[in-house]
Amino acid sequence: MNIHEFQGKSILAHYGVAIQRGYVASSAEEARHMAQQLKTETGTGWFVIKAQIHAGGRGKGTIQETGSRGVVLAKSLDEVPEKAAAILGGHLVTLQTRAEGKKVNKIYIAEDVYAPGASEPREFYMSILLDRSAGRNVIVYSPDGGMNIEEVAEKTPERIFKETIDPLTGVTDFQCRRIAFNFGLSGNAFKEMTRFVRSLYSAYVGCDASLFEINPVLKTSDDRIIAVDAKVTLDGNGLIRHPDYAAMRDTTEEDPIEVEAGAAGLNYVKLDGNVGCMVNGAGLAMATMDIIKLSGGDPANFLDVGGTADAKRVETAFRIILKDPSVKAILVNIFGGIVRCDRVAQGIVDAYKNIGNIQVPIIVRLQGTNAEEAKKLIDESGLAVHSAITLQEAADKVRTLIG
Amino acid sequence: MGVLVGKNSKVIVQGFTGSEGTFHAQQMIEYGTQVVGGVTPGKGGTLHLDRPVFNTVSDAVKGTGADVSIIFVPPAFAGDAIMEAADAGIKVIVTITEGIPVADMVKAKEYVKDRNATLIGPNCPGVITAGEAKVGIMPGFVFKPGHVGIVSKSGTLTYEAADQVAKAGLGVSTAIGIGGDPIIGTTTLEAVKLLMADPSTKGIIMIGEIGGELEPKAAMWIRENGTKPVVGFIAGETAPKGRTMGHAGAIVSGEHESASAKKKIMRECGITVVDSPAEIGIAMAKQLA
Repeated sequence: MNIHEFQGKSILAHYGVAIQRGYVASSAEEARHMAQQLKTETGTGWFVIKAQIHAGGRGKGTIQETGSRGVVLAKSLDEVPEKAAAILGGHLVTLQTRAEGKKVNKIYIAEDVYAPGASEPREFYMSILLDRSAGRNVIVYSPDGGMNIEEVAEKTPERIFKETIDPLTGVTDFQCRRIAFNFGLSGNAFKEMTRFVRSLYSAYVGCDASLFEINPVLKTSDDRIIAVDAKVTLDGNGLIRHPDYAAMRDTTEEDPIEVEAGAAGLNYVKLDGNVGCMVNGAGLAMATMDIIKLSGGDPANFLDVGGTADAKRVETAFRIILKDPSVKAILVNIFGGIVRCDRVAQGIVDAYKNIGNIQVPIIVRLQGTNAEEAKKLIDESGLAVHSAITLQEAADKVRTLIG
Repeated sequence: MGVLVGKNSKVIVQGFTGSEGTFHAQQMIEYGTQVVGGVTPGKGGTLHLDRPVFNTVSDAVKGTGADVSIIFVPPAFAGDAIMEAADAGIKVIVTITEGIPVADMVKAKEYVKDRNATLIGPNCPGVITAGEAKVGIMPGFVFKPGHVGIVSKSGTLTYEAADQVAKAGLGVSTAIGIGGDPIIGTTTLEAVKLLMADPSTKGIIMIGEIGGELEPKAAMWIRENGTKPVVGFIAGETAPKGRTMGHAGAIVSGEHESASAKKKIMRECGITVVDSPAEIGIAMAKQLA
């Protein structure tokens, strides 16, 4: 589950990770109020205003309505409301968003941490994620912070370092030191960095994260180490023990139909094709999408109805698929194991009648327990539903119907 | 014959008295699996499905001589259940539970590795040696006894493959559902190695999907060490990059994790890769003809 920067930072701060401080606001007046408060607490005279959306590249992105960037600097308290207003409510387009951009409902008013001082500020890159093949977490870091890390990896791979973490010990002191050495730090900044890494890793484990990306990690001019940005993704399975983090979900960032499907227990992903599909099991669902393509169509969605595939779920699934106007046909592919095919077939017939007025042809392929009975039930229902038993038959029917 | 489980396996069910545990234990018993008991903390000393219930896995092992366990424990407690089974000396731990926090699996996998046990799953349909033992939730009747081994990340796609194998006039030795999570106990490669060494397996079907690098790793090993024909399929040719497709592990993060990249490597390693999931059975039959 993705969360906003301000939420990610609140988790980091909870685990003792030093962050660039700030407050969230949803109106220009609130922004001014929060900036005032921030000034009182931190003494900052300049303020960074950051759009809060679930996409990267905000600093280089543009608000469609006003031309403002997604991250701007206000050099006084008085500049804050106007600059905030140019971002709030607008649609931010970045390299990572769709062309229409993402609506900005909230902004983060943060302290200016680049103030000059005794030494030059420096930016680093650090992320923590799962190395699937090792089955272990890995800290990936580079002295080239603030840049696009994919670009660094491509042009100067020797500037990217990794520390693999043993799950039974967690991150060790020598690993923290090695990171600080590889950043070329010394003195107080060195000590601060080892502390930063240790607390960052404990935050990662403690909140059941699946990704932390801190870009940049900043060494300030007074040798503090702080997280200036925070991209935090939480492991959806871990949310069972963090109800407070589960409440951080922002459904306005998600596709509304996918949200509705999820609430009904369906796993749905919208795609751009013309043939909808409804399948039990994720692997078979992907395989069904592939067979639609091989039959000359394009899959309009991924949809896993799960193990039960009862009449109510089937009906909800049909309604969700039919919301997409580009759907020209629907392929239902159920392999009945424990669940009997004739039951599923009855569910399909009932759902079809309940919805009424379905304009697109439906191909139903039921295989497994009682497949023959199911086919008979569909064939004798008098509905415009085409039945199939083998996957190849189903594929051929898709080809005929959309051809 | 077959691998991992067979007619001599003594199986206990962790989460025995719950609704899932009860239903599937019954199904396994009907199939002929030797289910010797189960574990539900707090219900030790009682009987369930005419079999003894124990408080701990070590009690169950002492009381029944069990060497295989199947886990239906809810996600928040399943990681611990895996470690308990390994600690008690269980040799094959089949974890059906879906939705286990990744952090728990990172720990459990490490723990199991240090104790010489084989973990299958989680989030998988289990293992079946056709005609001998079913330790899983798959529909047993689909798997006709024979000589084709199946390794798969997906449940229903495994059933589909087994059904096609039967329609092609062949049967299954052992089918291993390895699961679709980012962290799984037994990889595609490890499962392929087991089947390659099994005298009753004459050909192997390897079913994968987008995400991770398990199939290419197995393919490279097969190129050097393979002694039996392998038919492969990778689901998700049409899946968009960066989206999770149902299984938590099914996401294309880099180009090398896409279906086409994986299929290319598999073909280069001498595996017969089918583009259509409807052709898995026929392709295997041709290889074994």
